[in-house]
Amino acid sequence: MSVYLTSANTLRTTRILSVKTESPTVKTFTVKDKFCAKAKPGQFLMLWIPRVDEIPLSILNAGAGKVSVAVKAVGEATKALHGMKSGDTIGVRGPFGNSFTENRGGILMVGGGTGTAPLLFLAKKLAAKAERLSFVIGAKTKNELLFLNELDALCSEQSAIATTEDGSYGMKCLATEPLEKLLDEEKFDMIYTCGPEPMVRKVFELAEQRRIALEASLERLMRCGIGLCGSCVIGKYRVCRDGPVFNAAQLSEVKDELGISKLGFDGGRIPV
Amino acid sequence: MKTPLSTNRLNISFGGLKLKNPTALASGILGYSAESLQRIVEGGAGAVVTKSVGATPRTGYANPTVVQAKCGLINAIGLPNPGIDEYAEEIGYAKTVLTVPLIVSVFGYSADEYALVAKKAVKAGADAVELNVSCPHVTQTGSEIGQNPKLLAEVVAKVKASVQKPVIVKLSPNVTDIVEMAKVAAKAGADVLTAINTVKAMAINVETALPVLSNVKGGLSGPAIKPIALRCVYDIYEKVKTPVIGCGGITDWRDAVEFFLAGASAVQIGTAIALKNYSVFKDINRGVDAYLKKKGFGSVKEIVGLSHLS
Repeated sequence: MSVYLTSANTLRTTRILSVKTESPTVKTFTVKDKFCAKAKPGQFLMLWIPRVDEIPLSILNAGAGKVSVAVKAVGEATKALHGMKSGDTIGVRGPFGNSFTENRGGILMVGGGTGTAPLLFLAKKLAAKAERLSFVIGAKTKNELLFLNELDALCSEQSAIATTEDGSYGMKCLATEPLEKLLDEEKFDMIYTCGPEPMVRKVFELAEQRRIALEASLERLMRCGIGLCGSCVIGKYRVCRDGPVFNAAQLSEVKDELGISKLGFDGGRIPV
Repeated sequence: MKTPLSTNRLNISFGGLKLKNPTALASGILGYSAESLQRIVEGGAGAVVTKSVGATPRTGYANPTVVQAKCGLINAIGLPNPGIDEYAEEIGYAKTVLTVPLIVSVFGYSADEYALVAKKAVKAGADAVELNVSCPHVTQTGSEIGQNPKLLAEVVAKVKASVQKPVIVKLSPNVTDIVEMAKVAAKAGADVLTAINTVKAMAINVETALPVLSNVKGGLSGPAIKPIALRCVYDIYEKVKTPVIGCGGITDWRDAVEFFLAGASAVQIGTAIALKNYSVFKDINRGVDAYLKKKGFGSVKEIVGLSHLS
């Protein structure tokens, strides 16, 4: 159970220290913030873009008084953020939510799109401790495969398996396809996954069939970030407070919704 | 041995409501889905109030919708809700799983709309309705009704004429004299009054010189408003016979007991869930029960209004 700290929830304004282009649609923003600098892999923050919006973002890296987030330009808020540069003022609150548990055995990480960000953060922490690290990452096209070099450097033996939907790099398929083969060939103690929810659901189903422990980080519409407003609920869980990381037992309690539906801005149910 | 969740001492009935314990979930907190409400009940709540629902869907405001203040939270979520026709299904489902009274919070832009939504909510299974005539951040509803005695009377009377279940009226503190509004609501037929909704407030970020909330103004909740809410309950209890539910910043059992002593028959809890999570209800109930036992009271009812000297 995460602890709610009013100090962490207090909005801090800070300046953007650096902006790094990761792909044609993804940029990494680094800001100074002493609270978020202590974030653990899996946690998220709320980023305020003055006059525009406040959005939840998974943390890509934290430490030394700084925190980084990888942001894909998809909507009004993220596009406005992409237009910002170092020195510009933004607001931060958090970090919020729970974090991944740190398993030290044979580990497989499955990431899709910007969902790879929290997994890279976790992988960096586990690299020195885990027995073995393997990755499967997927994207629509080559340019959108994120953090491939960083992940390769952290892999134990074979390099990260990359898939693209258009076949421009690696295998032409979804990230979930090479999984079955990999799971047949190697023994894993833990799977960590984050990405588009249909992918997360498929990974969850494969892990469940093979009885491999799994943790997935989920994404929902968020407003308060502290477990009050109910915007981000999945089944009986609040993604902002009980999650965003859920284990296989919890995910099996929310099978009716996982990869299928979520609450929209009016609280009504909409497809994921 | 820990005190059980619900002892006879904690049972209380008032205004047509029968509660196993005097703590309820305040409106606006979680309360979209039956499963969320069920977790509140597992946390120990004696009743639950849903988020406010209107005649048609509303998406609410853009973020930021919540901002932390020093001793509370300011929110302007903007009454997001899927509309009563879609929500009726959830009410029906909630009734099949919940073991405590289900109170549906309703709002509208006219007396007819309040009555229509209340009627549909009751038909779907609501055990009572709570009229949101006090939301401080949406125009043409909420506190704009609760601040106008004529409109308030009209809304309460129309809802009373439309439903056979208890009608609770949640009052705004953003008025010159809350007792006058309590009298108006009581005279129009309110079975129970809830005091109070959030206190109109705002926050400005000094670095950007901008109001933080997208809606600029919102409502303050949490420990900061507890003394205000307590005074409101105390004043209403002195002048109005209608039972009162206290609401505003209640975080521990002492806060709850203060409200009972001021004249509340029950309390609603919201913001404290962020501070203490779901078990805040159990903790408060255990504390209240231990207090009653220690002081030699047989029922929470015996301490309702006990602090009034005359």
